[in-house]
Amino acid sequence: MKKITREKILPLKILKEMDDPAAGAVILFLGTVRNHSEAGKVDKIAYETYEPMAEKRLAAIEAEVKRIWPVRKVKTVHRVGKLSIGDVSVAVAVSADHRREAFEACRHAIERIKHEVPMWKKERLGDGTEAWVEGTPIGDALRVRQR
Amino acid sequence: MPIRVKVLYFGQAREAAGSGGETVTLPARASVGTLVREATAAHQRMGKLSGSMKVAVNEEIAEIGQELRDGDTVAFLPPVAGG
Repeated sequence: MKKITREKILPLKILKEMDDPAAGAVILFLGTVRNHSEAGKVDKIAYETYEPMAEKRLAAIEAEVKRIWPVRKVKTVHRVGKLSIGDVSVAVAVSADHRREAFEACRHAIERIKHEVPMWKKERLGDGTEAWVEGTPIGDALRVRQR
Repeated sequence: MPIRVKVLYFGQAREAAGSGGETVTLPARASVGTLVREATAAHQRMGKLSGSMKVAVNEEIAEIGQELRDGDTVAFLPPVAGG
């Protein structure tokens, strides 16, 4: 299944993919669209990506998590297009034998997504204006690690 | 012989360029830096972005000195804000 989607993210479907009889812990992180930001009231957010590179990088994040922690299953999904308040924009799910590695792996994956995936977002503010969300220069940590 | 590269613009760079991409002809052995200079000269609003932008060649982050080859895809990536 593709990791970049234009469709609604379905958390229960992702949880189902975490099923593993050896797992004693499942963590699901959902990033959702907030009705406010530093810029003020937010009505909508439009997400834009460089899809083939984003797909590769999400796959690399999943692979990295599996190398660092003894996890059973990992899944990352990011939605793009126009999202409304409350919509799920990103999901990270991890199953592992124990909670500690599941929490740590999930936290690591979402931090990587924030900094290593080519994704941009523009907020439609309460006053009708639009503003790009200030980001961070895209990193290259995944490739460095693979060398 | 000159080379042709496919250039992709995203986010603020797409707006500054007025399009999502274009094909650019460059002299042989041109570098990423050459292309960045050409693009910022052609699209004035891109100038103030260039300091914070990264460039990917064929979906991998590239250094400014990397030599481009005919047929490469070069993406201009403003600071990212996923999640």
